[in-house]
Amino acid sequence: MILPYYIAIPLLSAFLISLIAGKKDEWAVLLSTTAGASMLILSIYSLIAQNGETFVYKMGFWSLPIGIVLVQDGLTCLMLVLVSLISFTSLIYSVQYIRHMDRNWKYYALFMLLITGMNGVIITGDLFNLFVFMEIALFSAFALVAYGGHAEEYEAAFKYAVMGALSSALVLIGIAILYSATSTLTLAKIAEKVPTLDPGLIFWTGGLFLAGLGLKAAIMPFHAWLPDAHSSAPAPISSMLSGVLIKVLGIYTIIRLYFNVFNAPDFYMQVFLVLGAVSIILGGLLSIVQWDMKRLLAYSSISQVGYILVGLGIGTRLGILGAVFHLFSHAIFKSLLFYNAGAVEMALGTRDMRKMGSLARVLPITSATSLVGTLAISGIPPFNGFISKLIIIIALIKAGAPVYAILAVIGSILTLGAMMKMQRYGFRGETEIKKISEKIGWRMNTAMILLAVLCLLTGLMLLPGIRESIVDPVVKVLVDHSQYMQLVLGR
Amino acid sequence: MTLYLMCFALFLVGVYGLLTKRDLIKIILSLAIMGYAVNLFLILFAYKKDAIFPILLKNVAQSSMVDPLPQALVLTSIVIELGTTALLVALAIRLVQKYKTFDITKIRRLFG
Amino acid sequence: MNNSKQGMTLIVKTVTRVTVWLIVLYGIYLILHGHLTPGGGFGGGVILALAFLNIMLAYGREATQKWLNLKFLEDIEAVSATLFLFMGLLGIALGGRFLINFLPKGSPHALLSAGNIPILNILIGVKVAMSLFLVVWVLAGLHEEKGGQS
Repeated sequence: MILPYYIAIPLLSAFLISLIAGKKDEWAVLLSTTAGASMLILSIYSLIAQNGETFVYKMGFWSLPIGIVLVQDGLTCLMLVLVSLISFTSLIYSVQYIRHMDRNWKYYALFMLLITGMNGVIITGDLFNLFVFMEIALFSAFALVAYGGHAEEYEAAFKYAVMGALSSALVLIGIAILYSATSTLTLAKIAEKVPTLDPGLIFWTGGLFLAGLGLKAAIMPFHAWLPDAHSSAPAPISSMLSGVLIKVLGIYTIIRLYFNVFNAPDFYMQVFLVLGAVSIILGGLLSIVQWDMKRLLAYSSISQVGYILVGLGIGTRLGILGAVFHLFSHAIFKSLLFYNAGAVEMALGTRDMRKMGSLARVLPITSATSLVGTLAISGIPPFNGFISKLIIIIALIKAGAPVYAILAVIGSILTLGAMMKMQRYGFRGETEIKKISEKIGWRMNTAMILLAVLCLLTGLMLLPGIRESIVDPVVKVLVDHSQYMQLVLGR
Repeated sequence: MTLYLMCFALFLVGVYGLLTKRDLIKIILSLAIMGYAVNLFLILFAYKKDAIFPILLKNVAQSSMVDPLPQALVLTSIVIELGTTALLVALAIRLVQKYKTFDITKIRRLFG
Repeated sequence: MNNSKQGMTLIVKTVTRVTVWLIVLYGIYLILHGHLTPGGGFGGGVILALAFLNIMLAYGREATQKWLNLKFLEDIEAVSATLFLFMGLLGIALGGRFLINFLPKGSPHALLSAGNIPILNILIGVKVAMSLFLVVWVLAGLHEEKGGQS
């Protein structure tokens, strides 16, 4: 059983980095990339080998009402691959980017703690354990947002930390109420007792969790911290935050709680639809007026999270397929776009698109991969973004919600507009840029090319043959709400 | 019931402070008060009338005990709050150094 | 260490010199009896950290910095955390599951009982003591540095 190693490997490398790294960062880079690569290999192996089965790992052989369990099912495997993939490319990318700022091992130790927290949230089967891992991930995220050491970064990190503490308090109240009603903290046990509970209790607890987790996922009324935090952080961290952190802490937890534990209450499905649609439209509108490249990307993240939420809110098989697939593909192309923005920021020393110009000559790879990312996020046919958005829109029409389908199309057009603005001013402007302050090294280029290739390749995940073994188990977990509970409890 | 309501009132005090105060330190204190309210809430759920602390002792007859799990949870949550508070204080110190003010409304170089 | 210009008055310094050992002793007691009585790794660790902080407050930051090797404290912290993880991994190696209790359990209410829980308690205590002390130490020194990471 390899489940505990997803937590042990990054945690061990974080501690070892702080122990053996001297003043320089060579050891830290070596250790963290080794850990990242080994987790990538492990997670891809378990994704291929899982075969749609559910594994339950009992910590210390304690049986279920007493002990803590780790659970691996289709959704877990997919999320683990996603986290490992983005974090591995982000680590490769970080080496040059962080050396350009300073040579500090603390960055890598915090990065490893961030991965620990996210992996823990994904694989745990215990509600309070999930909360603790969530806090580990959030702490490292606060510190990493402030890593640059400028006034704006501290401001963004303070805002983020206040919001994070507020959301954690709300989630903890929710956990307390659930515990008092069911006398257990294991997700599967709670799911077993939910049908016997008062619907009003589920309603109010669901509201608390929605506010708390919505703050973490930056769904529209709770989004205020996201543009600041995601645009102020160093570029590899922006891609981690936008690509996986808001999805793991927000969307993944919402999926687990509302689908597998609360049995998908109809009211909250409606709420997801409405909030998702609001996020799509307002996020798109706000992103289109930005001139700061990373801020534009950050607002567009809100809009794309809206798509995932709408897909979940439909609740049909097709909608959930679209949501899960969009979650996966958005992580890839949004990380790619943040890498591009970071490369441009490093080369030109600015994020303001009005000061940029034609970069195709000086930054050929950045410019080319940014085109791939733009096409993918706007939903242009051969790329993964097109497929996922198409599935969501078809699912909306099939489910008899044409208004939401129209809103999703409008959101897609808004995204296209914002991204075209970025391309027009940021990468293909009139003024020819001849001199750049810093060359983009092979590591950063590798990370960008890797993700650009994946933008094309992940579209193949829906081909018959691959789909049955990778995507279908995930959809099955979410469509059969009670299956999770039965499998974990071993019935 | 009264206890739960008072606990909720404490939580609201924290929310009120978070929403209305401008001083960085007062905001951190409001968050801490919210955290205390939540912890108290958890402990209240564990309370049982006429029950003793949940520790097995030598030569003491076993009687009904309060639920030990929320107490363990509260301990963990206190540690988490300690971390949050330390991080917030560190950020606040840096903010005061950079902006030369404690007023959160004057700390707005970022917009939106 | 007896520089009267730094820190508090002579009375405080003398009292601290005596009481700090009592505080350390109490912290160690709490850590060692964590599996029998209330307390344990976290509580005892906090008290150990308070002992260090007591010295810092009484003698002043500079005087404490002279004889306290901060890098060493940081290393102890990292080592104790790593050892905790190794105890968990040893559980996989010896018992087949993470963090399994592989030592003999002993009889209830004895000091040497409960398998590897006392060891884990000691590791937690050291980790908490060091990190809490270092957190306050770093926070107290933040205003002296000029920006950047601490």
